Amino acid sequence: MANATPGLNYLNHEKGLMSWLTTHDHKRIGLLYFVAVFTFFFLGGMFALLLRLELINPGKLFIEADTYNQFMTFHGTIMTFMVIIPGIPAFIGNFILPLQIGAKDVAFPRINLISWYCLIIGAAISFSSLLFGGADTGWTFYTPYSISKSAGGTTLMVAGAFVMGFSSILTGVNFVATTHRLRAKGMTFFRMPLMVWALYSTAIIQIIATPVLGITLLLLVLEKLLGIGFFDPQLGGDPVLFQHFFWFYSHPAVYIMVLPAMGVVSELITCFSRKQIFGYKAIAFSSLGIAAVSFFVWGHHMFVSGQSSWAAWLFSLITMLVGVPTAIKVFNWVATMYKGSIQFKAPMLFALGFIFLFTIGGVTGIMLATLATDVHFHDTYFVVAHFHYVMVGGTLMSMMGALYYWLPKMFGKMYNELQAQITFVLIFMGFNVTFFPQFILGSMGMPRRYYNYLPEFTSLNVISTVGSWMIGAGFFLAFYIVIKCIRSGPPAGDNPWGSKTLEWQTTSPPPHENFYEVPVVTGGPYEYSSESH
Amino acid sequence: MLSLLINSAHASSYMPFQGTEIAERVDSLYGFLLISSLLSFILLIGGMIYFAMKYKRRTDNDPTPNITHNNTLEFLWSFIPFLIFMLVFVWGFLIHKDMREAPEGAFEIHVTGFQWGWTFNYKSGVQTTTEFAVPVGTPVKLIMRSTDVLHNFFIPAFRIKQDLVPGMYTSLWFDAKVPGDYQVFCAEYCGTSHSDMLATLKVLPPAEFEQWLLEKSKIKDLPLAERGRILVEEGACVSCHSIDDQRKIGPGFAGLWGAQREFTDGTSAIVDENYIRESILFPSKKIVKGYADQMNVQNLDEDQMNAIVEYFKSQASGN
Repeated sequence: MANATPGLNYLNHEKGLMSWLTTHDHKRIGLLYFVAVFTFFFLGGMFALLLRLELINPGKLFIEADTYNQFMTFHGTIMTFMVIIPGIPAFIGNFILPLQIGAKDVAFPRINLISWYCLIIGAAISFSSLLFGGADTGWTFYTPYSISKSAGGTTLMVAGAFVMGFSSILTGVNFVATTHRLRAKGMTFFRMPLMVWALYSTAIIQIIATPVLGITLLLLVLEKLLGIGFFDPQLGGDPVLFQHFFWFYSHPAVYIMVLPAMGVVSELITCFSRKQIFGYKAIAFSSLGIAAVSFFVWGHHMFVSGQSSWAAWLFSLITMLVGVPTAIKVFNWVATMYKGSIQFKAPMLFALGFIFLFTIGGVTGIMLATLATDVHFHDTYFVVAHFHYVMVGGTLMSMMGALYYWLPKMFGKMYNELQAQITFVLIFMGFNVTFFPQFILGSMGMPRRYYNYLPEFTSLNVISTVGSWMIGAGFFLAFYIVIKCIRSGPPAGDNPWGSKTLEWQTTSPPPHENFYEVPVVTGGPYEYSSESH
Repeated sequence: MLSLLINSAHASSYMPFQGTEIAERVDSLYGFLLISSLLSFILLIGGMIYFAMKYKRRTDNDPTPNITHNNTLEFLWSFIPFLIFMLVFVWGFLIHKDMREAPEGAFEIHVTGFQWGWTFNYKSGVQTTTEFAVPVGTPVKLIMRSTDVLHNFFIPAFRIKQDLVPGMYTSLWFDAKVPGDYQVFCAEYCGTSHSDMLATLKVLPPAEFEQWLLEKSKIKDLPLAERGRILVEEGACVSCHSIDDQRKIGPGFAGLWGAQREFTDGTSAIVDENYIRESILFPSKKIVKGYADQMNVQNLDEDQMNAIVEYFKSQASGN
């Protein structure tokens, strides 16, 4: 298969289920992630809808407190470890990264397949916890609750997250090697699309931070199974130590979730504004800057945990510094639109939605980084609203934008634009209806992870629950649009958006080898301007 | 001018009643954050929407300029946010320092968190569970510990919150300005009844506080059954058990004394003194059919145990 044959592409050059399950093609592995991540997203989303339904009134509606706590735990664990972390890097990144740098594949195709199996096996282990009483610790597994008091399946839940960590590490290793070694001729670092910079920065975090999560979860499992006292004070351990270990990973993990989303937005804003990106180097370096600083801010999750006041002061100061590169990116995106030729296709709407929601997530992040205000907001619904604005409003919005943008490249077919715009309206409106009231609930003092609540919180909770139905409707419609596009969408052409990056210079869908002729790069990724040549 | 803006921001910020001076200071900072956030949001998103409207695509070949960067602008929108961030850091730090450091000679109360309730121990020997009182206008320091998992003591009206960590003491302090009842929440997830782990703080004028303390100390002199009633009905028991036959996390207490209890292992027993004692000290030994093994060991002294036994007895004869 050295020579590409016209008519044959990566989708049809081999047939049968086994050809997919044993594939080394980064595009097919990307689609394997697509199927896995969206199946998990469906499950995590169902848990979310059920949680919100239960919270429509104080006290019991249809599930008991213990069931609620299990739903809350499964929603958080699924969405974090199985959806948002692999979502953009492993699904979109796998498909797009080699194409964008003009490579035939990733550096280690077999390891790429192994990393998909790690995710699937890890997820299966986590779900098997349901057979042993489930898990009720929340996705944070805080000790000593997770050690001495939690439901019977907690060990399996933790072990599953441990295995899924390897998926993330291996993908990171693959992307770093691919970016360094496999760029096409002429593709210098500063000619790489910002999506590649974002995935590269993400990969560095995945490699450095995820092993710490692995070790922490392993210690937790050892403590539960063998009674070795790392974290439980009854055994001589320190529960606050667990939080340090856990957030040493899980804060950088926030950037594993959001940096690739920022990469996507850089692609979408330039393409649909027909403009050179404003401040290419500032955006590229701010990705690396965020990745670097993200390792020194974990203690801002622990301002009221019993850590020393000195630690709290230091972590607050460093956290403020993350705000700067983040602000730079947002300003640069808006500046890119200046004097552009802006087209409101569904991917662009999701990118603009991202900027809107992420800005709210960002400014409320500063309120939480500020010590005195965080003490009041910590562990209330204010925090729940904040991280959903960043994770859902940020990552998920951009994942939807990325999906609509690259769907024509993946399958050579076009989705229904009007329906896709309706999904944007439903998801964007529904999102604000669901989560904005939660800022108010948190300000009023409603703590998070509450099955029952005081009567004065009722009306805002009702609004929030109604919003969750709008989001749900939006995603069900999106699911229908994607299936319909793949089955019977009209031909999309090779470059329906007039994009300048390399993945659009090959056919849709691309051949197994990605390019018929190995591309030679002579310019930057965003030369949209009529003046640039 | 700024303070006026900040005060009006507070009025519409949905923050709870300001019960302490610290709360007022936190709200001023929050007001500043709200206003500066709103301004940056309007600047950014307003700019985005303005550009989106003004530069909407008209033809397929709209010419676009090649603008790559602008050092002055980029410096400004990095440096101005940096200055604001440093300002709110220092502002937050100054409040936090005062929030964390209790004044010398504060009135001290020991607080114990457990699944799922609170115990408040005064130096005079008084112990309460679902409510506790403090004198108004007096610095009060809570010395806190947990007997099982993490908990968090949160008083929204005072804007203070602190984890209770098993194996160490943590503390909180406040100086309440206005008498009244204040809500206390557990804000760190701790399992089944996390959201019912509530308490009420009564802030009383000094004379009324002394009176309250005196009444609570007299509980020891009350008849045994009455003392037992206070322990059960105003204590932690009712967060999981009802005093009628309503089902909560554990079985209800209606008609308990002398009743036949069926257990999950197939055995049964008549409720007597030893059954009640065993159920409190070793709650996992006999589990009533249809319920899970969820109760924690309750550390009661012998006098309290006697009082509770007499309370259940009195309930039976009263019916």
